[in-house]
Order: sequence, then C-alpha cells, then structure tokens
Amino acid sequence: MIAEFGLAALWLAAALALLQLLLALGIGGEAGLRAARPLAVVQGGLTLIAFAALIVLFLRTDLSVALVAANSHSAKPWIYKFAGAWGNHEGSMLLWVTVLALSGAALALLERRVGEKMLVASLGAQAALGLGFYAFLLLASNPFARLDPAPAEGRGLNPLLQDPGLAFHPPTLYFGYVGLSVAFSLAVGAMLTRHVDAALARAMRPWVLASWIFLTLGITAGSYWAYYELGWGGWWFWDPVENASLMPWLAATALFHSVNVLAARGGLKSWTMMLAVVAFSMSMVGTFLVRSGILTSVHAFAVDPQRGTFILALLAIYVGAALVLFAARAATIREGAPFDPVSREGALVANNLLLSVILGIVFVGTLYPIIAEALSGEKLSVGPPYFNAVAGPLALLLAALLFVGPVLRWRRDRRPLAKWVLPAVLTAAIVLAITLAFVPRMSILSRLGLAFGIALLPASIAPLFGRSLKRTPLAVWGMVLAHLGVGVALIGMASESAFTREKLAVASPGDKLNVGPWLVELAGVAPVAGPNWTAIEGHLRASRGSGAQTLRPQARVFTSPYTETSEAAILTTWNGQLYAVIGKQRDDGWQLRLWWEPVVTLIWLGGALIALGGLIALVGRLWRERRWGKEAMQ
Amino acid sequence: MKPKHQRLLLAGLAIVAVLAAVLLAMWGLKDRAAYFFTPVEIAIGKAEQGRPIRLGGMVEQGSLREEGDGVTVRFIVTDGEARIPVRYTGITPDLFREGSGVVAEGRMQGKTFVADEILAKHDERYMPPQLGNQAAEHAVEKTLDR
Repeated sequence: MIAEFGLAALWLAAALALLQLLLALGIGGEAGLRAARPLAVVQGGLTLIAFAALIVLFLRTDLSVALVAANSHSAKPWIYKFAGAWGNHEGSMLLWVTVLALSGAALALLERRVGEKMLVASLGAQAALGLGFYAFLLLASNPFARLDPAPAEGRGLNPLLQDPGLAFHPPTLYFGYVGLSVAFSLAVGAMLTRHVDAALARAMRPWVLASWIFLTLGITAGSYWAYYELGWGGWWFWDPVENASLMPWLAATALFHSVNVLAARGGLKSWTMMLAVVAFSMSMVGTFLVRSGILTSVHAFAVDPQRGTFILALLAIYVGAALVLFAARAATIREGAPFDPVSREGALVANNLLLSVILGIVFVGTLYPIIAEALSGEKLSVGPPYFNAVAGPLALLLAALLFVGPVLRWRRDRRPLAKWVLPAVLTAAIVLAITLAFVPRMSILSRLGLAFGIALLPASIAPLFGRSLKRTPLAVWGMVLAHLGVGVALIGMASESAFTREKLAVASPGDKLNVGPWLVELAGVAPVAGPNWTAIEGHLRASRGSGAQTLRPQARVFTSPYTETSEAAILTTWNGQLYAVIGKQRDDGWQLRLWWEPVVTLIWLGGALIALGGLIALVGRLWRERRWGKEAMQ
Repeated sequence: MKPKHQRLLLAGLAIVAVLAAVLLAMWGLKDRAAYFFTPVEIAIGKAEQGRPIRLGGMVEQGSLREEGDGVTVRFIVTDGEARIPVRYTGITPDLFREGSGVVAEGRMQGKTFVADEILAKHDERYMPPQLGNQAAEHAVEKTLDR
C-alpha cells in the first residue's frame, strides 16, 4: 500500500506541475495566476509525502518493492536503511525531484520582493523544470516498482556507502544543486517579464547564497569521506563525479559575486542572467554525468543508456530554451552605471572571468573523454596532470585577486593601493623564500599556493581595517571569514603532500614504527564483528613524547554484497592527523601503512570556514532586509 | 566611458574568457589527455619514460609474486595482446587479485611499470570504463549469480 501511495503522490505532484505551468502561461486568467503560489506549495508537500513513503519502505525492508530488494538488506543498521533510500539511482532521483519541488514551494511561500507577475513566470519555469524530471522519474526510474514474487532477502547496499557520510553528503549536495534551480527560474521569469533589475538581484541573492553554502558543505564532506573511506589519504582525485559537483560550485561562486554587483550598483545585468542559467545547467550536467551510467564509479548506480538519453534530452531542452530566451532579451536589457577598471566592480568582473575560465577548463577536461569516445571510439582519460597544470595557475591568480579586490571601493578607486597590496605580496615573497630554502621537494605550484594561502590570512582581514567593528555589517564579516577560509584551505591543499610522512611495513605484535614525530606500537590484532560484517582489527598505540593514544584500523569483510573494505583509523590532533590502515597477513606479521599528515585538516577546516562565512552573510542580509521592510511599513 | 561602450567591452571580455578557456584546455589536453594506457600501447612505446600515467588491464593469472619485505608485490598486467610487468610497494586494495581488472598509477622505468598507487575500486561491479563493456558485463553476471 505504501508504495502505491507514494507513487500516487508523485503522479499527482506531476499533474499539479503541469497545471502550474499552464496557469503561468495565462490559461486560467487572473484567478489562475493567483493559484500558482498555493499549487507550488501543495506540489512540494506531495513530493515530500512520496519521499517519506520511500523511506518507510526502506526502514521496513519491504522486499516486494524492487528497489528495496535490490539495494537493502534486513540485517543492515537502521541508519543505513534510512540513508540507503537515496543510496541508489531511483531513490536519489526522487530526492532530486523532492528538493526541486520544495525549492519551488519555498519560492512561492517566501518570495515577496519581486512583482507578482514575475514570480508567477518564475513559478512557471520551475514547474516546467519539475515536469521533465517527474517524467524521468515516473517513466524511466520508478522507485516504487513492485517485484513479484518478493525475494526472501535483499541484495544489500554497497559497503563503501554504509557510512554516516551517506546520511549527510548526498542531501546536502542536492540542496545545493537543485537550489540553483530557483536562480534559474527567477532569471527566466525576469527575462520573460523584462524586469532584470536590482530588485531581482536582491531576491535572487539569498537563494544563490544558500545553494552555494550547501554545495560548499557537500563538496567538503564528500572530500573528507573519500579521504577516510578509500584508505589512502587522498582528498581530491579530479574524478568526473567530483568535477560534476565542482562545476556548479564554480558557477554559483561567480554568480553570487556578480549578483552583488547587480544588487548594489545595477550593473552586470545580462552577465548575471547568463550565469544564473549556466549555474543550474551545470547542476543538470552534473546529474547527467553521475546518473546516466556514462561513468563507472561509486556514484553511478546502474548502467542504462535509456536514462542517459532521457537526461541529455531534458538538459538540451532546458538549456536550449533558456539560451534562446537570453539571446532574444539580452539586447533589450539596459546596462547599469559605468565603472572604472580599478573598482569593486572591476575586481568582481575579474573574479567572474577567472572563475568562468576555470569552469570552462574543468568542463572541457571532464567531457572531452566522453565526447572523444563517442566520436572516434578512442578511450582516454584526463586526470590530475591536466587539471592541476591548467586550472592551478588560474586558481592562484584568483587567490592573488583577493589581496586587493575586497578593499576596493565601488565605481572607482583612486587611492594608492600599494598600502593594501604590499603587505600581502611581501608575506607571499617571504614564505616563498622560506619554502625554497627549507622544503626541497615541492612543485612550484605548491610553493606558490602555500605562499599565497599564508598571505591571504592577513589580506582577507584587511576590509575590516579602519571600520568600526561594531557597525560592520554581518555580510562583511561573512565575506572576511569566507576569504580567510580560502586562505586556510589553500595552505592545506598546496602543502599537504610536501609535509606528509609515510611508513609502510610488516609488523608483528610488539613492533614499533616511526612516522614523523610519532612512535607507533602494534599492540595486537584481534577479530571483531559488526551487524553485517566481520573484520580483523589492529590495536595501535601511538605516542609522541608523552601519553599514548589508541588507533583501531580494521580490514572488514561484508557478506551482502560480498566486499572487502579497509576502515582507516584516524587520530586527529591540533596540528594534523595520524592515519593508519591495516593490510593483509604475511608470514612475519601484518601489513601496516601509516601517514602523518600535519596540515591536511586545514583543507576541510577551510571549507567549513567558507561555508560559515556564507551563512553569516546570508543571515546578515536577511536580517537587514527584514528590518528595512519593517521600517518601510511604518 | 559610456554605458554602451562599457557593455561592449564586458561582452568582449566574456568572449575572450571563453576563448581563453577553450585554448588553454586544448593546449593542456594536447600533451596530457593521453593519461590512461593499455599494455599494448605501452609495448609499442607510446608512453614516455618517467611521465606520470595510468595503466589499466587485467592482472595475469599466476603472475602475482610477493617480495621478501612483505609489502612489495610484482605482477603482470595484460590486455590479451601485451604484458607489462608492474612493481608496487604498499597495501594492495581490497579487491585486488589475479584475474581481476586493475588500474595502476605510476610511471614506466625501463621495462617495468612502477606503481605509486593501485586505484581503490569501489565495488566488485566496478570496471575501468576504458577496459570496455565485455568485462563489466561479465562482472555483473558474476554478481547476479551469487
């Protein structure tokens, strides 16, 4: 019953989306326009019901549902039954559609800043997006399909996904991906009704910022998950699925910088509209890459060419229609006030251009192997050597832009800028000299990354100088914190590999190994068992100077489906992480691999700071607007 | 500067940026796209000595040898046409065994491929896409049989 109930809710939501689109097109006249808002809200509620139904089916391990039988198992801990609802193709697409409909509902409920006509047009665009993905879900990826007869036991969830990360990483990323649909719909609505102005930018800004915060968190969490789960301490692999999340992030980063120019100065109108279209297009490209089965990875659950074609067709229709609309309206959009090259606007334009070029490079590098194979059958892969060498220097330029951009004034800045730039450049030069003298084995890109990252720490605080801290708006604090986070993350990314110490040996109980400042003793090895796995577990006692701490790395064997995984043990201290993996048994002991990673935590700390900065800016903006709104009412 | 001129300038800049991205990408892809090699490509000398590359193929049955230190393994990667000896020091990933597909990251040193990393494969259904679908289908069948 529950499965049918969920399916019915989904069909009903699709029908409402169709109605919402028709009303937005003016079929129902004035009354119809007024009905658009409540329709969007009800639609959001219905998808939520369908999603809840799927979760109940997974929690109960209802094996008469094909999806549950294929991806779940009664012996799984409940948290993985719950999160396992989206650990598969159909469930994750249902989550996608649910977030899409909820975004539409939130837009309908909360948005009061733009005119009613434009909002209805935007809701129409949102409904059009929804329709395509409802069709995809109902026709090509039905999560509620029954299986007759029901099997006695499910096939289980990929053990690498049986991790708390599954409960957090996909929903966070999806809120980011799909939240960008609101920016897309608002841009389409504004272009249709010819209302591209500062009010639109102020309406769009919180949505972009919120999506971007979720994307930042999702990417950071995914990176940390890969780092501890894959068992060899890498944190970014330039894997196509990672790029699929990086591309919308790059576009969203550019977008919320340019939307600020539009909100504050009325400039960069067409450019901002273009970016809003590109940002959500990148979300759809990401979905296509990850969900079409064109890539083989932990994220691609099934190989079915029909699905790939379906998503590709949706992508072509939506992006094509939005670009045609843009081409038709771009000439009629009036530009805002002019500005000098040396100004806040100028720096933000440079930021946008650099981000766009990086986005283009990642895009080409990610899609090139797929297109090359389709055209010539040639199989090739583009990896870190390409991305690091081509995108790396541009990312450094972007970091250098942060030395000066945030302190510039709007419109024109005739002040001598040396006061701002010199300290940062000097810091960078000193750090560079130190690394050249003391760290012999480091690539030039890493050296520059470390130097720029450290120079960014003081430079990012510079916008606070000469301000009364009490009267500084929260948005500025958020910006400062986020830019500080960029510096922190850059330090970690650039220098992680240069400072990492590694030890690989065969050890028997009682043996002691040195890695970096640590002395690690293998105290013993014992078998342990979990709810659906067995493992051998090493007991390691690690100490540096005084006080020993215990690490327990495991080599696990899952029974359903049969898989071996290694669970790294990680000891986090204030200045880094000790990372231990246990391997196979040899004649004279156990394989042990230890890493001392002194700066690696900075990468995720930086990511968290960036997201927190975004959150503070968002709260600041919303709070200010509310206060202004109240004052205006009085 | 008039708004109209500024707008033209910005549009020009945007076009230049897109062109720059494409040109940079082409330049980068020209000598870095060939990152993944099959044994036969290495055998005919396509891979430069010492350049970081990926090698993908099957671990030949009966070729896996362990060295005395307990953490170094030697094996042969084959694609049915050529055989490349590989040396790897480290803990082999969970699903690494004879007769299974493998992707190794490293460089050619003489006739031997020295691997820095044997790529962690995500599950037993995983097959490097470059190895073609035949093997992947076989792996899926095996999973279903169980």
